Amino acid sequence: MLITCPYCGPRDVIEFTYQGDGNRERPQPASQDLDAWNTYVYDRLNPAGDHNEIWQHSGGCRAHLRVVRNTLTHEISSVAFTRGDHKVDARHKAEGKI
Amino acid sequence: MSPRRTDAGGRIDRLRTIRFTFDGAPYTGHAGDTLASALLANGVTLFGRSFKYHRPRGVLTAGVEEPNALVTVLRGEVREPNIAATMVEIHDGLTAVSQNRFPSLAWDISAANQLGGKLLSAGFYYKTFMGPAIGPLKSTRFWMFCEHFIRRAAGLGRAGIAADTARYERMNAFCDVLVVGSGPAGLMAARAAADQGARVILSELEPHFGGSANWSGETIDGMPAADWAARAAGQLEGYDNARLLPRTTVWGYYDGNVLAAIERVADHKERPGKGEPRHRYWIIRAKSVVLATGAFERPLVFPGNDRPGVMLAHAAERYANEYGVLPGNRIALFTNNDSAYRSALALKKAGAAIVAIVDVRPELSSEMRELADQAEAKILFGHAVVATEGGKALSGIKVQRFDMVNGALAGEARSIPADCLLMSGGWSPTIHLASQAGAKAEWNAARQAFLPPKPTQQGPTQRWIGAGAFTGSFSTAEAIAEGRAAGLSAAGGTGAPTALPPVEAAPGDPDPAPVFEIRADGKGFVDFQHDVTAEDVRLAHREGFISVEHLKRYTTLGMATDQGKSSNIPGLAIMAEALGKPIPEVGTTRFRPPFSAVSIGSLAAERFGGLRPERLTPMHDWHVANGATMYSAGLWYRPMIYGHPGETIEQAYVREARATRESAGIVDVSTLGKIAVQGPDAAEFLDRVYTNMFSTLAVGKARYGLMLREDGLAFDDGTTWRLGEQDFLMTTTTANAGKVMQHLEYFLDVIWPEPKVHVTSVTDEWAGAAIGGPKARAILAACVTGTAVDNAALPFMGIVHGKISGVPVMICRLSFSGEMAFEVYSGAGYGTHVWEALIEAGKPFGLVTYGLEALGTLRIEKGHVTGAEIDGRTTARDLHLDWMLSRKKPFIGSAMMDREGLIAPGRLELVGLISLDNQPLNGGAHIVEALDEANPHDSIGHITACCYSPALGKYIALALVKDGKARRGTRAHISDPLRDRFGPVEIVSNHFFDPDGSRMHG
Repeated sequence: MLITCPYCGPRDVIEFTYQGDGNRERPQPASQDLDAWNTYVYDRLNPAGDHNEIWQHSGGCRAHLRVVRNTLTHEISSVAFTRGDHKVDARHKAEGKI
Repeated sequence: MSPRRTDAGGRIDRLRTIRFTFDGAPYTGHAGDTLASALLANGVTLFGRSFKYHRPRGVLTAGVEEPNALVTVLRGEVREPNIAATMVEIHDGLTAVSQNRFPSLAWDISAANQLGGKLLSAGFYYKTFMGPAIGPLKSTRFWMFCEHFIRRAAGLGRAGIAADTARYERMNAFCDVLVVGSGPAGLMAARAAADQGARVILSELEPHFGGSANWSGETIDGMPAADWAARAAGQLEGYDNARLLPRTTVWGYYDGNVLAAIERVADHKERPGKGEPRHRYWIIRAKSVVLATGAFERPLVFPGNDRPGVMLAHAAERYANEYGVLPGNRIALFTNNDSAYRSALALKKAGAAIVAIVDVRPELSSEMRELADQAEAKILFGHAVVATEGGKALSGIKVQRFDMVNGALAGEARSIPADCLLMSGGWSPTIHLASQAGAKAEWNAARQAFLPPKPTQQGPTQRWIGAGAFTGSFSTAEAIAEGRAAGLSAAGGTGAPTALPPVEAAPGDPDPAPVFEIRADGKGFVDFQHDVTAEDVRLAHREGFISVEHLKRYTTLGMATDQGKSSNIPGLAIMAEALGKPIPEVGTTRFRPPFSAVSIGSLAAERFGGLRPERLTPMHDWHVANGATMYSAGLWYRPMIYGHPGETIEQAYVREARATRESAGIVDVSTLGKIAVQGPDAAEFLDRVYTNMFSTLAVGKARYGLMLREDGLAFDDGTTWRLGEQDFLMTTTTANAGKVMQHLEYFLDVIWPEPKVHVTSVTDEWAGAAIGGPKARAILAACVTGTAVDNAALPFMGIVHGKISGVPVMICRLSFSGEMAFEVYSGAGYGTHVWEALIEAGKPFGLVTYGLEALGTLRIEKGHVTGAEIDGRTTARDLHLDWMLSRKKPFIGSAMMDREGLIAPGRLELVGLISLDNQPLNGGAHIVEALDEANPHDSIGHITACCYSPALGKYIALALVKDGKARRGTRAHISDPLRDRFGPVEIVSNHFFDPDGSRMHG
């Protein structure tokens, strides 16, 4: 499998570390909603098809990437830096939490 | 008569004689021989004993699919078992032995298993020895008792225990077109693609390129096929854009057109050439793949089809044409298709008499009659072989009239003397790689074979195209045409149509009769290597194993080292008949990597041996030069002890630890993970990742910090130093340096991209030395310039900058040993310089160097935790670190750390243990309330670290014990049956020594 890192170009999967399901929403830091925390820490989507995943180019530029990968074919349809595009952060920003 | 070398012919070098041994007896062969061909040439027919029944077995094939003739190759003390003799090229000094026989191959005691053959059916051992517990003789315990003997009696080669000293390497390769297989189709494909300018790799698992051309006896382009193949390969060698890999098996087809291959670089040599590895593991990334992997001939299933002397028809043809070896003098053939007639003619030409061709088909084409006439062979059409005669070698066959429509036998069986029987049950394309790549095989009723589907040149992951026998096109002319077309297509070219090289070949219909099995009395083997008979398959069906996946697992059909290359289709056909379903409805199992055996060494390659990476601290050479015994910790090497002559490890670390508490000791701490956390929001960020506050930390001070994981369990600890308002130096444990870095990067990249913080790994930038003990401050005062180091200038957890021997250093007063202690950091390049200056300054004060053992002793005495206690299961509370959990702010893990299960009673808590019998304690030993040596049970915890404490004069340990805190002051026992150590202990606080910290606060 090749992942095209926006910095480094197409690289073998061996250079990357899987950092998990990219759909998880981290509750606000001070949240005491244990169900929400439980969902965030333990629940993972496992779709047969396109999956939104986080990968780190740990053997390269070390950037975290949001990768849309088809779990049936390993086809990668998009790769982007995670920085600045996280939904939870946008919400926190809107609420003045960060 | 036995097999023999022909007087002429074959592609062996008859002028070169090679000497080797098999089962201790010396033999000779010629250059170009395999072990199988050389042994046959010497008249050897018995190669091994079968897996379950210990039946004598000969050689069935001439190639990679060999199920019977497995041998163990010895190289010095190293033994490599289960190697097909058909794949071993002989060389001077080759030493091979047969397997699964005792005391010898010819006289094997366990062959008595054959007498009980009816009993030893599928699942016999499990049914007999693992049945329901009725009485003392049937239970799991009884199975466990018997298993040892059963496993010894069954099985194949024995693995050695000597370390493999061979070198292996890994190689990455990239190409436009990878061609797998170098028969006529593969050679044409490689040439066509290379002519288009594509970068081509051509792999061939045999030593010589050419595949079937090397033994078909056909004529291509006006010359013998073998010469044509040699010429074609030679021409390809001259291409800059083509790489030819002989002795290379492509064994795995993975996503994204990544293929794995093993090249047997030096197995055919007495010893590897200079710099040569034994095997090379190729990882090939190909834009397109041409699969020209050919086809395997199938055996027929009939009683006695496993007797030495029974062989596949093409294999005998190959032995005659390629190796100049006749597998017999009076040869009979048994076939359901036309290809055997060509084999008969080849063997006749090589000098054998063809006594009969037994064909299941009631009528034959005039071309086949013509071939049989040329071979001077009598055809028995509408007949079948119903038995073989002889002992360890074939003496004759029994034939009977056969109706292929209903499988019925009729008339009297009659004997035909023969010393060799060749069988041909049709051909199965070698679709393994396509199957690995996800292709669903399609049953072709005419060919009676699973064929690969139409090639997929589209799609993101697998781009392959097939050619030749792989696609079910069994003639050489078709292979040549398809090969060129595939090569062009794979290279993306079209190419002007040019004439294809003409082929002269024996005629023949590629479609066999749909006959797989002759049902007569006796064992007819389907899977030769695992001793699975046709009756076993039917038994499995009767017992309800109707799925092909279940059939495979219950009978172990196709699960041996040959992975059913010769047995899958016959097994499936017999199953289909039992089910009363057509074969495609029964389905086939998916092939998985590897295609054939792969050495584990090649997969490990440079991760082991001299090329294994290692990390050395800046002071490494000094440690080694000054008597340190080095200890490998992950990739790092750290001093374990600096032993004096005659000292034991315990004596050395006790001396080092005692001297540290009495005067001073110094230890290399350069391996600690170090991360620069910098930026306007650095303090805020640290507040989020640590359980305690760092925004309140003053510049020039350090603080001990604890991190949790998101799930609330303890993750890592260390000190973080505030070097400036926006500049922190975080230290982590040695083992977790990488994980902590990744953890921080994840949060900054994914969860909190807004804070202006940058993290940089600086582990390798700093050399660190920790110096502790009552004299430590005096030693620093004697060598540090540019700053005072007294209590006012350098209070507990204070940081100062100064110089030692002219080199800038950063000194932080913190203590892991519990003594008045300092960590001295300098630029890594000056590490040894500063270290030596500290050693020199310490001489008048009795400074000692100490290693990991003493470091551990000092920390156990203080009750500090490390990775042994922060083991991914413990919480801050379990480790009595709850004082570090801030209630003023959220931090990573704060929401989850108070979950019910993490605060429930009964958790394992950190305690100290003192050995009451004054004997050493062992790491990993269990702790029990009541000792029961005969039947150890009811563990209440385990020891995480242990030592002899010079400060206490006792053997002590840290342990995680259920409700440990409440048990302080009570007694328990350690129970360590593996090391036969039982004894009383007292449970105490983990703070054994100087619990109020008066020594370090000084």
